[in-house]
Amino acid sequence: MATKRKKVSPKRKSIRRDNGGHTITVAVNGREYTRVVEPRVLLVDFIRDELRLTGTHVGCDTSHCGACTVLLDGHSVKSCTMLAVQADGREITTIEGLSQQGRLHPIQEAFKAHHGLQCGFCTPGVVLAALELLQVENAPSEDRIRTAISGNLCRCTGYQNIVDSVAAAGEMMRSGKG
Amino acid sequence: MQAHSFDYVRPQTLAKAIQVLSENGNRAKVLAGGQSLIPVLKLRLANPRLLVDINDLPGLAFIEERGDRLRIGALSRHRDFERSKLIRAKYPIFSDVASVLGDPQVRNLGTIGGALAHADPASDWGTALLAFEAELIARGPNGTRTIPIDRFFKDTFTTALRSSEILTEIRVPKSAPGDGGAYLKLKRKTGDFATIGVAVQLGLDTKRNVVGARIGLAAVGSTPIRATRSEKALIGSKAGPAAFAEAAKLASEEAHPSSDLRGSEEYKRAMIEVFTRRALESATARTGR
Repeated sequence: MATKRKKVSPKRKSIRRDNGGHTITVAVNGREYTRVVEPRVLLVDFIRDELRLTGTHVGCDTSHCGACTVLLDGHSVKSCTMLAVQADGREITTIEGLSQQGRLHPIQEAFKAHHGLQCGFCTPGVVLAALELLQVENAPSEDRIRTAISGNLCRCTGYQNIVDSVAAAGEMMRSGKG
Repeated sequence: MQAHSFDYVRPQTLAKAIQVLSENGNRAKVLAGGQSLIPVLKLRLANPRLLVDINDLPGLAFIEERGDRLRIGALSRHRDFERSKLIRAKYPIFSDVASVLGDPQVRNLGTIGGALAHADPASDWGTALLAFEAELIARGPNGTRTIPIDRFFKDTFTTALRSSEILTEIRVPKSAPGDGGAYLKLKRKTGDFATIGVAVQLGLDTKRNVVGARIGLAAVGSTPIRATRSEKALIGSKAGPAAFAEAAKLASEEAHPSSDLRGSEEYKRAMIEVFTRRALESATARTGR
Protein backbone atom coordinates (compact mmCIF):
# COMPACT_ATOMS: atom_id res chain seq x y z
CA MET A 1 0.00 0.00 0.00
CA ALA A 2 3.04 2.26 -0.37
CA THR A 3 2.41 5.53 -2.12
CA LYS A 4 4.80 8.01 -3.63
CA ARG A 5 3.80 11.03 -1.70
CA LYS A 6 5.58 14.33 -1.66
CA LYS A 7 7.09 15.06 1.70
CA VAL A 8 4.63 17.05 3.72
CA SER A 9 6.25 19.91 5.51
CA PRO A 10 4.92 20.33 9.03
CA LYS A 11 3.91 23.98 8.72
CA ARG A 12 1.36 24.01 11.49
CA LYS A 13 2.92 23.41 14.86
CA SER A 14 -0.17 22.88 16.93
CA ILE A 15 1.69 20.92 19.54
CA ARG A 16 4.23 22.51 21.79
CA ARG A 17 7.27 20.59 22.89
CA ASP A 18 7.16 22.12 26.34
CA ASN A 19 3.78 20.60 27.08
CA GLY A 20 4.78 17.02 27.76
CA GLY A 21 5.28 16.18 24.10
CA HIS A 22 6.13 12.66 23.03
CA THR A 23 8.09 11.86 19.90
CA ILE A 24 6.29 9.27 17.82
CA THR A 25 6.99 7.62 14.48
CA VAL A 26 3.99 6.39 12.53
CA ALA A 27 3.92 4.83 9.07
CA VAL A 28 0.97 6.33 7.24
CA ASN A 29 0.20 4.97 3.78
CA GLY A 30 3.69 3.54 3.59
CA ARG A 31 5.51 6.69 4.57
CA GLU A 32 7.09 7.26 7.95
CA TYR A 33 6.31 10.43 9.85
CA THR A 34 8.09 11.45 13.05
CA ARG A 35 6.38 14.13 15.09
CA VAL A 36 6.14 15.40 18.64
CA VAL A 37 2.63 15.13 20.06
CA GLU A 38 0.90 15.83 23.30
CA PRO A 39 -0.51 12.54 24.69
CA ARG A 40 -4.11 13.78 24.58
CA VAL A 41 -4.04 14.42 20.82
CA LEU A 42 -6.41 12.03 19.07
CA LEU A 43 -5.19 10.00 16.14
CA VAL A 44 -7.74 11.63 13.83
CA ASP A 45 -6.55 15.12 14.76
CA PHE A 46 -2.95 14.02 14.27
CA ILE A 47 -3.77 12.67 10.79
CA ARG A 48 -5.78 15.72 9.75
CA ASP A 49 -4.07 18.65 11.47
CA GLU A 50 -0.49 17.45 11.76
CA LEU A 51 -0.10 15.34 8.61
CA ARG A 52 -2.67 17.37 6.64
CA LEU A 53 -4.34 14.23 5.34
CA THR A 54 -7.92 15.48 5.45
CA GLY A 55 -9.57 12.54 3.70
CA THR A 56 -10.23 11.02 7.13
CA HIS A 57 -13.35 12.80 8.39
CA VAL A 58 -14.55 13.75 11.85
CA GLY A 59 -18.26 13.01 12.05
CA CYS A 60 -19.67 12.53 15.53
CA ASP A 61 -16.38 12.63 17.47
CA THR A 62 -18.03 10.23 19.93
CA SER A 63 -17.20 6.79 18.48
CA HIS A 64 -20.63 6.27 16.90
CA CYS A 65 -20.47 7.15 13.22
CA GLY A 66 -17.30 5.56 11.81
CA ALA A 67 -16.46 8.50 9.50
CA CYS A 68 -12.96 8.59 11.03
CA THR A 69 -12.26 4.91 10.32
CA VAL A 70 -8.67 4.11 9.33
CA LEU A 71 -6.76 0.82 9.25
CA LEU A 72 -4.30 0.17 12.08
CA ASP A 73 -1.98 -2.67 11.09
CA GLY A 74 -4.72 -3.79 8.70
CA HIS A 75 -7.63 -3.61 11.15
CA SER A 76 -10.33 -0.95 11.05
CA VAL A 77 -10.37 1.39 14.04
CA LYS A 78 -12.04 4.68 14.86
CA SER A 79 -9.29 7.27 14.86
CA CYS A 80 -11.38 9.55 17.11
CA THR A 81 -11.20 6.88 19.82
CA MET A 82 -7.49 6.33 19.82
CA LEU A 83 -4.58 8.53 20.86
CA ALA A 84 -1.86 9.44 18.38
CA VAL A 85 0.78 8.24 20.87
CA GLN A 86 -0.79 4.78 20.75
CA ALA A 87 0.00 4.63 17.03
CA ASP A 88 3.74 4.98 17.67
CA GLY A 89 5.50 2.23 15.73
CA ARG A 90 2.31 1.12 13.96
CA GLU A 91 1.08 1.24 10.37
CA ILE A 92 -1.91 3.35 9.41
CA THR A 93 -3.80 3.30 6.13
CA THR A 94 -6.05 6.25 5.30
CA ILE A 95 -8.22 6.81 2.23
CA GLU A 96 -5.32 8.70 0.63
CA GLY A 97 -3.31 5.45 0.63
CA LEU A 98 -5.67 3.48 -1.59
CA SER A 99 -5.10 4.78 -5.10
CA GLN A 100 -1.86 3.78 -6.78
CA GLN A 101 -0.20 6.23 -9.16
CA GLY A 102 -3.48 7.94 -9.91
CA ARG A 103 -5.37 4.67 -10.40
CA LEU A 104 -8.31 4.19 -8.10
CA HIS A 105 -8.47 1.12 -5.88
CA PRO A 106 -11.12 -1.44 -7.00
CA ILE A 107 -13.28 -0.47 -4.01
CA GLN A 108 -13.18 3.17 -5.10
CA GLU A 109 -13.97 2.15 -8.70
CA ALA A 110 -16.89 0.06 -7.51
CA PHE A 111 -18.30 2.87 -5.35
CA LYS A 112 -18.14 5.13 -8.41
CA ALA A 113 -19.73 2.58 -10.74
CA HIS A 114 -22.50 1.50 -8.36
CA HIS A 115 -23.36 4.87 -6.89
CA GLY A 116 -22.13 3.85 -3.44
CA LEU A 117 -22.06 7.45 -2.25
CA GLN A 118 -24.05 10.63 -2.44
CA CYS A 119 -22.64 13.39 -0.24
CA GLY A 120 -19.48 11.34 0.32
CA PHE A 121 -18.84 12.34 3.91
CA CYS A 122 -18.99 8.80 5.29
CA THR A 123 -17.31 7.26 2.25
CA PRO A 124 -13.63 7.22 3.35
CA GLY A 125 -14.58 5.36 6.52
CA VAL A 126 -16.90 2.95 4.75
CA VAL A 127 -14.28 2.19 2.09
CA LEU A 128 -11.68 1.35 4.74
CA ALA A 129 -14.12 -0.86 6.68
CA ALA A 130 -14.86 -2.64 3.38
CA LEU A 131 -11.14 -2.97 2.66
CA GLU A 132 -10.57 -4.77 5.95
CA LEU A 133 -13.25 -7.30 4.94
CA LEU A 134 -12.12 -7.76 1.33
CA GLN A 135 -8.49 -8.26 2.38
CA VAL A 136 -9.48 -11.52 4.05
CA GLU A 137 -12.46 -12.65 1.96
CA ASN A 138 -13.21 -11.40 -1.52
CA ALA A 139 -16.53 -13.20 -2.00
CA PRO A 140 -18.39 -12.16 1.16
CA SER A 141 -22.11 -12.76 1.58
CA GLU A 142 -24.45 -9.77 1.84
CA ASP A 143 -24.73 -10.53 5.54
CA ARG A 144 -20.95 -10.38 5.98
CA ILE A 145 -20.79 -7.09 4.09
CA ARG A 146 -23.55 -5.56 6.21
CA THR A 147 -21.79 -6.68 9.41
CA ALA A 148 -18.46 -5.30 8.19
CA ILE A 149 -19.93 -1.84 7.61
CA SER A 150 -22.22 -1.91 10.65
CA GLY A 151 -19.94 0.53 12.49
CA ASN A 152 -20.33 3.16 9.75
CA LEU A 153 -23.33 5.46 9.48
CA CYS A 154 -24.50 6.78 6.12
CA ARG A 155 -27.33 9.30 6.01
CA CYS A 156 -27.74 9.37 2.21
CA THR A 157 -27.72 6.02 0.50
CA GLY A 158 -29.83 3.72 2.64
CA TYR A 159 -26.81 1.39 2.42
CA GLN A 160 -28.09 -0.75 -0.47
CA ASN A 161 -25.76 0.80 -3.02
CA ILE A 162 -22.87 0.58 -0.58
CA VAL A 163 -23.50 -3.15 -0.17
CA ASP A 164 -23.71 -3.54 -3.96
CA SER A 165 -20.45 -1.59 -4.35
CA VAL A 166 -18.56 -3.73 -1.85
CA ALA A 167 -19.82 -6.93 -3.49
CA ALA A 168 -18.77 -5.60 -6.91
CA ALA A 169 -15.35 -4.60 -5.55
CA GLY A 170 -14.87 -8.14 -4.25
CA GLU A 171 -15.68 -9.45 -7.70
CA MET A 172 -13.18 -7.07 -9.30
CA MET A 173 -10.48 -8.07 -6.82
CA ARG A 174 -11.30 -11.75 -7.41
CA SER A 175 -11.01 -11.49 -11.15
CA GLY A 176 -7.80 -9.49 -10.84
CA LYS A 177 -9.27 -6.38 -12.45
CA GLY A 178 -8.20 -3.08 -11.02
CA MET B 1 -13.41 17.07 21.80
CA GLN B 2 -10.22 17.05 23.77
CA ALA B 3 -9.35 15.47 27.07
CA HIS B 4 -7.60 17.25 29.92
CA SER B 5 -3.82 17.04 29.71
CA PHE B 6 -2.24 13.86 30.95
CA ASP B 7 1.07 12.08 30.67
CA TYR B 8 1.49 8.75 28.97
CA VAL B 9 3.76 5.76 29.49
CA ARG B 10 3.90 2.44 27.66
CA PRO B 11 5.79 0.01 29.93
CA GLN B 12 7.31 -3.12 28.41
CA THR B 13 6.93 -5.44 31.40
CA LEU B 14 4.09 -6.19 33.80
CA ALA B 15 6.38 -5.54 36.77
CA LYS B 16 7.19 -2.05 35.46
CA ALA B 17 3.52 -1.30 34.78
CA ILE B 18 2.57 -2.31 38.33
CA GLN B 19 5.42 -0.22 39.73
CA VAL B 20 4.23 2.86 37.83
CA LEU B 21 0.66 2.28 39.00
CA SER B 22 1.83 1.86 42.62
CA GLU B 23 3.75 5.13 42.47
CA ASN B 24 0.80 7.06 41.08
CA GLY B 25 -2.22 5.69 42.95
CA ASN B 26 -5.55 7.06 41.82
CA ARG B 27 -3.92 9.60 39.52
CA ALA B 28 -3.12 6.85 37.01
CA LYS B 29 -5.45 4.88 34.74
CA VAL B 30 -4.71 1.70 32.81
CA LEU B 31 -5.20 2.05 29.05
CA ALA B 32 -5.99 -1.20 27.27
CA GLY B 33 -8.18 -1.02 24.15
CA GLY B 34 -9.36 2.45 25.12
CA GLN B 35 -12.84 2.02 23.69
CA SER B 36 -14.45 3.05 26.97
CA LEU B 37 -11.63 5.04 28.54
CA ILE B 38 -10.97 7.41 25.65
CA PRO B 39 -14.62 8.50 25.31
CA VAL B 40 -14.64 8.97 29.10
CA LEU B 41 -11.52 11.16 28.87
CA LYS B 42 -12.92 13.17 25.94
CA LEU B 43 -16.13 13.82 27.86
CA ARG B 44 -13.95 14.74 30.84
CA LEU B 45 -15.81 12.33 33.08
CA ALA B 46 -12.42 11.19 34.37
CA ASN B 47 -9.26 13.26 34.56
CA PRO B 48 -6.27 11.01 35.26
CA ARG B 49 -2.80 12.58 35.30
CA LEU B 50 -1.21 9.53 33.76
CA LEU B 51 -2.24 6.80 31.33
CA VAL B 52 -0.40 3.50 31.63
CA ASP B 53 -0.72 1.85 28.22
CA ILE B 54 -0.49 -1.92 28.73
CA ASN B 55 -0.74 -2.89 25.05
CA ASP B 56 2.96 -3.81 24.79
CA LEU B 57 2.91 -6.15 27.79
CA PRO B 58 3.76 -9.65 26.59
CA GLY B 59 1.74 -12.78 27.29
CA LEU B 60 -1.63 -11.19 28.07
CA ALA B 61 -3.49 -12.10 24.86
CA PHE B 62 -4.50 -15.77 24.68
CA ILE B 63 -7.61 -17.93 24.67
CA GLU B 64 -6.86 -21.56 25.55
CA GLU B 65 -7.94 -24.56 27.57
CA ARG B 66 -5.45 -25.57 30.22
CA GLY B 67 -6.21 -28.10 32.95
CA ASP B 68 -9.85 -27.82 33.95
CA ARG B 69 -10.18 -24.18 32.92
CA LEU B 70 -10.66 -22.01 29.86
CA ARG B 71 -8.03 -19.34 30.36
CA ILE B 72 -8.35 -15.95 28.72
CA GLY B 73 -5.67 -13.28 28.69
CA ALA B 74 -7.07 -9.90 29.69
CA LEU B 75 -5.66 -8.21 26.57
CA SER B 76 -7.60 -10.49 24.22
CA ARG B 77 -9.58 -8.31 21.82
CA HIS B 78 -13.28 -8.84 21.25
CA ARG B 79 -12.47 -9.78 17.65
CA ASP B 80 -10.25 -12.63 18.90
CA PHE B 81 -13.37 -14.28 20.34
CA GLU B 82 -15.29 -13.78 17.09
CA ARG B 83 -12.55 -15.60 15.19
CA SER B 84 -11.53 -18.27 17.73
CA LYS B 85 -12.45 -21.81 16.60
CA LEU B 86 -12.24 -23.04 20.22
CA ILE B 87 -14.74 -20.41 21.34
CA ARG B 88 -17.11 -21.07 18.45
CA ALA B 89 -17.04 -24.83 19.02
CA LYS B 90 -17.14 -25.06 22.82
CA TYR B 91 -18.07 -21.64 24.27
CA PRO B 92 -20.55 -20.13 21.79
CA ILE B 93 -21.89 -17.81 24.52
CA PHE B 94 -18.64 -15.85 24.15
CA SER B 95 -19.07 -15.73 20.36
CA ASP B 96 -22.51 -14.25 21.08
CA VAL B 97 -20.92 -11.53 23.22
CA ALA B 98 -18.22 -10.73 20.68
CA SER B 99 -20.71 -10.45 17.81
CA VAL B 100 -23.09 -8.02 19.55
CA LEU B 101 -20.60 -5.87 21.47
CA GLY B 102 -19.98 -2.43 19.99
CA ASP B 103 -19.24 -2.55 16.27
CA PRO B 104 -16.39 -4.02 14.20
CA GLN B 105 -14.05 -1.09 14.83
CA VAL B 106 -14.65 -1.21 18.58
CA ARG B 107 -14.19 -4.99 18.58
CA ASN B 108 -10.85 -4.63 16.82
CA LEU B 109 -9.37 -2.55 19.65
CA GLY B 110 -11.45 -3.24 22.75
CA THR B 111 -10.33 -5.93 25.21
CA ILE B 112 -12.20 -8.26 27.56
CA GLY B 113 -10.09 -7.10 30.50
CA GLY B 114 -10.76 -3.45 29.77
CA ALA B 115 -14.48 -4.05 29.47
CA LEU B 116 -14.54 -5.83 32.83
CA ALA B 117 -12.39 -3.23 34.61
CA HIS B 118 -14.60 -0.44 33.22
CA ALA B 119 -17.61 -2.14 34.91
CA ASP B 120 -20.47 -0.59 33.02
CA PRO B 121 -23.83 -1.86 34.34
CA ALA B 122 -24.63 -2.84 30.73
CA SER B 123 -21.33 -4.73 30.30
CA ASP B 124 -21.86 -7.61 27.88
CA TRP B 125 -18.73 -9.40 29.14
CA GLY B 126 -19.53 -8.83 32.80
CA THR B 127 -23.00 -10.28 32.31
CA ALA B 128 -21.78 -13.31 30.36
CA LEU B 129 -19.07 -14.10 32.93
CA LEU B 130 -21.63 -13.95 35.76
CA ALA B 131 -23.18 -16.99 34.08
CA PHE B 132 -19.98 -18.90 35.00
CA GLU B 133 -18.05 -19.48 38.18
CA ALA B 134 -15.45 -17.21 36.67
CA GLU B 135 -12.26 -16.16 38.41
CA LEU B 136 -10.46 -12.91 37.67
CA ILE B 137 -6.72 -12.86 38.20
CA ALA B 138 -5.20 -9.55 39.28
CA ARG B 139 -1.49 -8.78 39.63
CA GLY B 140 -0.32 -6.10 42.00
CA PRO B 141 2.76 -5.08 43.98
CA ASN B 142 2.06 -7.87 46.50
CA GLY B 143 1.64 -10.60 43.93
CA THR B 144 -1.33 -12.34 42.37
CA ARG B 145 -4.89 -12.37 43.66
CA THR B 146 -7.90 -14.35 42.48
CA ILE B 147 -11.24 -12.54 42.59
CA PRO B 148 -14.46 -14.53 42.06
CA ILE B 149 -16.73 -12.80 39.52
CA ASP B 150 -19.48 -12.59 42.16
CA ARG B 151 -17.24 -10.31 44.22
CA PHE B 152 -15.72 -8.32 41.36
CA PHE B 153 -18.40 -5.71 40.56
CA LYS B 154 -18.82 -3.32 43.48
CA ASP B 155 -20.89 -0.55 41.91
CA THR B 156 -21.29 1.33 38.63
CA PHE B 157 -17.79 1.78 37.14
CA THR B 158 -16.34 0.35 40.38
CA THR B 159 -14.65 -3.02 40.80
CA ALA B 160 -12.67 -4.91 43.43
CA LEU B 161 -9.44 -4.00 41.60
CA ARG B 162 -7.04 -1.77 43.51
CA SER B 163 -5.46 1.19 41.77
CA SER B 164 -2.08 -0.59 41.74
CA GLU B 165 -3.48 -3.81 40.27
CA ILE B 166 -3.84 -4.98 36.67
CA LEU B 167 -6.39 -7.55 35.61
CA THR B 168 -4.31 -10.15 33.76
CA GLU B 169 -6.50 -13.18 33.19
CA ILE B 170 -10.02 -14.57 33.29
CA ARG B 171 -10.65 -18.26 34.02
CA VAL B 172 -13.88 -20.17 33.60
CA PRO B 173 -14.57 -23.89 34.15
CA LYS B 174 -13.89 -25.93 31.05
CA SER B 175 -16.95 -26.82 29.03
CA ALA B 176 -18.26 -30.30 29.90
CA PRO B 177 -20.71 -32.59 28.06
CA GLY B 178 -24.26 -31.32 28.63
CA ASP B 179 -23.13 -27.69 29.09
CA GLY B 180 -24.58 -24.95 26.91
CA GLY B 181 -24.89 -21.20 27.08
CA ALA B 182 -26.16 -18.15 25.23
CA TYR B 183 -26.05 -14.37 25.51
CA LEU B 184 -28.88 -12.35 24.05
CA LYS B 185 -28.79 -8.56 23.88
CA LEU B 186 -31.58 -6.16 23.08
CA LYS B 187 -30.15 -3.02 21.51
CA ARG B 188 -31.55 -0.14 19.50
CA LYS B 189 -28.78 -0.22 16.93
CA THR B 190 -25.29 -1.60 16.30
CA GLY B 191 -22.82 -0.01 18.67
CA ASP B 192 -25.37 0.85 21.33
CA PHE B 193 -25.24 -0.37 24.90
CA ALA B 194 -27.69 -3.09 25.88
CA THR B 195 -31.24 -1.93 26.61
CA ILE B 196 -31.19 -5.22 28.49
CA GLY B 197 -29.12 -8.38 28.09
CA VAL B 198 -29.41 -11.94 29.38
CA ALA B 199 -26.67 -14.55 29.70
CA VAL B 200 -27.57 -18.16 30.48
CA GLN B 201 -25.27 -21.10 31.14
CA LEU B 202 -26.95 -24.47 31.70
CA GLY B 203 -25.80 -27.97 32.50
CA LEU B 204 -28.19 -30.80 31.58
CA ASP B 205 -27.91 -34.48 32.40
CA THR B 206 -28.75 -37.14 29.83
CA LYS B 207 -32.43 -37.03 30.84
CA ARG B 208 -32.48 -33.24 30.25
CA ASN B 209 -32.71 -32.46 33.94
CA VAL B 210 -31.10 -29.15 34.83
CA VAL B 211 -28.06 -29.87 37.01
CA GLY B 212 -26.44 -26.44 36.72
CA ALA B 213 -27.84 -23.01 35.93
CA ARG B 214 -26.42 -19.51 36.14
CA ILE B 215 -28.07 -16.40 34.74
CA GLY B 216 -26.56 -12.92 34.30
CA LEU B 217 -28.60 -9.80 33.53
CA ALA B 218 -27.25 -6.64 31.87
CA ALA B 219 -28.39 -3.04 32.35
CA VAL B 220 -30.97 -3.74 35.05
CA GLY B 221 -28.98 -2.76 38.13
CA SER B 222 -26.00 -0.69 39.25
CA THR B 223 -23.77 -3.53 37.99
CA PRO B 224 -24.41 -6.64 35.91
CA ILE B 225 -26.38 -8.90 38.27
CA ARG B 226 -27.31 -12.56 38.71
CA ALA B 227 -30.87 -13.87 38.75
CA THR B 228 -30.28 -16.28 41.63
CA ARG B 229 -33.93 -17.11 42.38
CA SER B 230 -34.43 -18.00 38.76
CA GLU B 231 -31.31 -20.21 38.86
CA LYS B 232 -32.53 -22.03 41.98
CA ALA B 233 -35.93 -22.68 40.42
CA LEU B 234 -34.30 -24.20 37.34
CA ILE B 235 -31.97 -26.61 39.12
CA GLY B 236 -33.62 -30.02 39.47
CA SER B 237 -36.34 -29.21 36.95
CA LYS B 238 -36.78 -30.73 33.51
CA ALA B 239 -35.54 -28.47 30.70
CA GLY B 240 -38.61 -27.32 28.82
CA PRO B 241 -41.28 -24.66 28.33
CA ALA B 242 -42.87 -24.90 31.79
CA ALA B 243 -39.60 -24.55 33.73
CA PHE B 244 -38.34 -21.85 31.38
CA ALA B 245 -41.51 -19.77 31.64
CA GLU B 246 -41.27 -19.85 35.43
CA ALA B 247 -37.54 -19.03 35.41
CA ALA B 248 -38.06 -16.14 32.98
CA LYS B 249 -40.79 -14.68 35.18
CA LEU B 250 -38.54 -14.89 38.25
CA ALA B 251 -35.66 -13.23 36.39
CA SER B 252 -37.88 -10.31 35.41
CA GLU B 253 -38.84 -9.91 39.08
CA GLU B 254 -35.18 -9.94 40.11
CA ALA B 255 -34.26 -7.22 37.61
CA HIS B 256 -34.08 -3.61 38.83
CA PRO B 257 -34.29 -1.59 35.62
CA SER B 258 -34.66 2.18 35.52
CA SER B 259 -36.65 4.08 32.93
CA ASP B 260 -34.37 5.95 30.57
CA LEU B 261 -34.02 6.85 26.90
CA ARG B 262 -33.71 3.16 26.01
CA GLY B 263 -37.07 2.23 27.50
CA SER B 264 -39.37 2.30 30.50
CA GLU B 265 -38.92 0.15 33.56
CA GLU B 266 -41.97 -1.92 32.57
CA TYR B 267 -40.69 -2.49 29.05
CA LYS B 268 -37.25 -3.60 30.25
CA ARG B 269 -38.77 -5.95 32.81
CA ALA B 270 -40.97 -7.47 30.11
CA MET B 271 -37.99 -7.86 27.81
CA ILE B 272 -35.95 -9.57 30.54
CA GLU B 273 -38.71 -12.17 30.69
CA VAL B 274 -38.78 -12.67 26.91
CA PHE B 275 -34.99 -12.73 26.52
CA THR B 276 -34.46 -15.05 29.50
CA ARG B 277 -36.86 -17.56 27.97
CA ARG B 278 -35.18 -17.32 24.58
CA ALA B 279 -31.68 -17.57 26.09
CA LEU B 280 -32.74 -20.68 28.04
CA GLU B 281 -34.05 -22.24 24.81
CA SER B 282 -30.89 -21.36 22.91
CA ALA B 283 -28.62 -22.58 25.73
CA THR B 284 -30.56 -25.85 25.88
CA ALA B 285 -30.20 -26.39 22.13
CA ARG B 286 -26.45 -25.90 22.53
CA THR B 287 -26.14 -28.54 25.25
CA GLY B 288 -26.79 -31.10 22.51
CA ARG B 289 -29.20 -32.92 24.84
